[in-house]
Amino acid sequence: MQANPNDKQAQIRALIARGKLKDALFAALGIICLGIGLVVIFALVADMAVKGAARFNLDFFLNFASRRATQAGILSAWVGSLLVMLVTALTAVPLGVAAGLYLEEYAKRNWITEVIEINITNLAAVPSIVYGLLALGIFVYTFGFGQSILSAGLTLALLILPIVIVSTREAIRSIPAMIREGSMAVGATRWQTCRYHIIPYAMPGILTGVIIGLARAIGETAPIITIGALTFIAFLPPVPFSELADGTRAGLFDWVMSPFTVMPIQIFNWTSRPDPAFEVNAAAAGFVLMAMVLTMNAIAIWLRYRLRKNIKW
Amino acid sequence: MQTASATTAAPALKAEARDFNFFYGDVQALKKINMPIHDKKVTALIGPSGCGKSTYLRSFNRMHDLYPGNRYEGEIRFYPDNTNLLSPDVDPIEVRMRVGMVFQKPNPFPKSIFENVAYGLRVRGEKNRRALDDKVEAALKGAAIWDEVKDRLQDLATNLSGGQQQRLCIARALATDPELLLFDEPTSALDPIATGAIEELVHELKQRVTILIVTHNMQQAARVSDYTAYMYLGEMIEFGKTDDIFIKPQDKRTEDYITGRMG
Amino acid sequence: MNSCAMTAPPAPDAPVVSNRLAKNAMRHASERVIEALLFAAAAVSVLTTVGIVYVLVSESIQFFQSVGLVEFLTDTQWTPLFDDAHFGIMVLISGTLVSSAVALAVAIPMGTVIAIYLSEFANPKVRELAKPILELLGGIPTIVFGYFALLIVTPLLQKIFPELPGFSLLSAGLVMGIMIVPYVASLSEDAMRAVPMSLREGSYAMGGTRLHTALHVVVPAAFSGLAASYILGISRAVGETMILAVAAGMQPNLTWNPMEPAATITSYIVQVALGDLPHGSIGYQTIFAAGLTLLLITLLFNILGQWLRRKFRENY
Repeated sequence: MQANPNDKQAQIRALIARGKLKDALFAALGIICLGIGLVVIFALVADMAVKGAARFNLDFFLNFASRRATQAGILSAWVGSLLVMLVTALTAVPLGVAAGLYLEEYAKRNWITEVIEINITNLAAVPSIVYGLLALGIFVYTFGFGQSILSAGLTLALLILPIVIVSTREAIRSIPAMIREGSMAVGATRWQTCRYHIIPYAMPGILTGVIIGLARAIGETAPIITIGALTFIAFLPPVPFSELADGTRAGLFDWVMSPFTVMPIQIFNWTSRPDPAFEVNAAAAGFVLMAMVLTMNAIAIWLRYRLRKNIKW
Repeated sequence: MQTASATTAAPALKAEARDFNFFYGDVQALKKINMPIHDKKVTALIGPSGCGKSTYLRSFNRMHDLYPGNRYEGEIRFYPDNTNLLSPDVDPIEVRMRVGMVFQKPNPFPKSIFENVAYGLRVRGEKNRRALDDKVEAALKGAAIWDEVKDRLQDLATNLSGGQQQRLCIARALATDPELLLFDEPTSALDPIATGAIEELVHELKQRVTILIVTHNMQQAARVSDYTAYMYLGEMIEFGKTDDIFIKPQDKRTEDYITGRMG
Repeated sequence: MNSCAMTAPPAPDAPVVSNRLAKNAMRHASERVIEALLFAAAAVSVLTTVGIVYVLVSESIQFFQSVGLVEFLTDTQWTPLFDDAHFGIMVLISGTLVSSAVALAVAIPMGTVIAIYLSEFANPKVRELAKPILELLGGIPTIVFGYFALLIVTPLLQKIFPELPGFSLLSAGLVMGIMIVPYVASLSEDAMRAVPMSLREGSYAMGGTRLHTALHVVVPAAFSGLAASYILGISRAVGETMILAVAAGMQPNLTWNPMEPAATITSYIVQVALGDLPHGSIGYQTIFAAGLTLLLITLLFNILGQWLRRKFRENY
């Protein structure tokens, strides 16, 4: 062993050099893989921006779908997306926050709670199109909501419910026990503690989850196609109290039962047309949808970042 | 202890800290440490928690290089080749191949007993099955755990008891024939019987390897070491033969620490 | 509470006490009502599962009254809307499995490499930058990925493979893989970061390099978490719809060749839903039978994943 220490040292050094080369190669591979992700986002946005540039004018946002590509717009699509999101948010946020609150603050450790928890985990892995089938069977036919904004909004609400519940729970869990104890110690009930302390403090975290959930919902296509949303809609849902074609006035909630289309379905429709002129429309609409989704996600990421920086219990 | 007093001649040096400073970012954790590590002897580092003894120990195998913002100043000379372990030209990986380490809590890898001990050999590119078998057996014997595990070398190391795991970690460190072996409070997570076994092992190991051991337990330092260094607030207060340190400490602070704890 | 104490007659003590108790009972009751409401919200998720199973099973039962299970599983044609109707689900399953295999061949290696890189190699600044990028990538709507597959990736692939048709499982699968990368990478990274630092230090102290430590210590220790991320990736691939509906063509085609166009279970459901099928017809029932098959396949992979996790959890 002591025979030629220099030789041995040279051997070890060669070995280390090889190891470090492998390290460097792997790090390069990691950066390349990350780079591919970045390139895909960039290529997508750039391609759609360039290809769709011809359509970026006010008419595109104010026109209905049309058989002629150059005159077709996304009015019914973006209004539809907005209204569906409204129903989704109004359903998923109260339900999700309440469920998260129950599981964190009220639930006893028993088998019922366990079933609910396992169930939420499993629901997150259920393909979105299966939610579409559920909605088709239950909302559209059993409840008779038809192919309406209400059916679509409820479907997407169920789809993002696990996201809202999980983020609510995480936000609540990060509130230290002393806050609860402090509130209870001055005689507040459990609900008062939740109402005045837990929910307000957890709000930014919950909001982050809600935005991520809605960003996911606004891009969902499959479940909405499955409930039978139409791809060609050249009218808007009735504005509350406006005069309808038959002379009657629309009720406050008539719009929820209206047929509709949404952005992703409009893009799908244009993408599957053989005429390349519609490709331009698809690109422009895709760009608008991407802008909406990426903005929502960016807001959520920023919010979480702020949250992490500001919290000092 | 008997062996320590038997060897009277000044022994050769294995390593030596010279004006060694260490910084965590802007915080200076170690101040101007000068200290010899004698070859084939056990040197114990004692002192109250937070005194920097673990920080000092972990400088010998450049563990601090794993985390950003840490900075060394001064030298740790390593003999016989007289290299400065802390020099930026010296590769920390090469240092770690020469300096083994046993941690506070046993940290066997989630692999078989055999693969745990063979790990360092494989890192060095050893592929010969016979050589692996021989060295693993020798290391397990050296760590006094061979008889307990020889029939189940393919079992998961994490299924062993705490004391066995720690001896396995010692075997893992021994398998590659390190020149210096660092022990970072190796018995703090173990029961008294397992602790006794490790101490006995340390005593035997100094026949073949230089040992530097951090301990918060002064009886342990007195039992296993030839030399002892007392550290306080990042400074080396006193260094000397273990017997001298414990019987007639020169510094008031050392005396307070020793008498305060030992009663 | 205060007002009640004020208005109560001060002289005898007893009424004050009972007053307060009554108030407490009221409070108690409203607390119970609130708790019940919150529980109901939590129960909605269970109702959703019950609803899914009920809808899929009840429609499928009707379907299987007209079509035999053996025919369903062994027939090599899927033409439910033709006069000469065939109901061979294997046709759709083949498309689903081939496209998923292509997707996973991209997503698992890429996701794992990114996870190892972020957890073991990258400095904190790179990590802080990379995670939001991955999140944004994961947030892109699948319809946009479908557009990407059909109009960007397919023409690119056709330059390499001139014989590639305009619709193919390959192109859809590749893009699906890119879509799944963020899920795999993010979950795998979480699993690896959960591996205690002491194990890494043990390896570095033996002279291990970063890559050696990552591959021989961290990855084995995090294996159950990695398996979970792969299973989630599989679930995503099997259940993905729009990329396939747009870029893989929708004609049923029993094939194991990714260079061909083929329908999957999901794209078949979309195709039927786009048409106008009367409620209660056999065509209407097929999409529920197909949906049930899809759910069972995802369930199968999830059970496999649970089993894998438990097997490795026991060991480490």
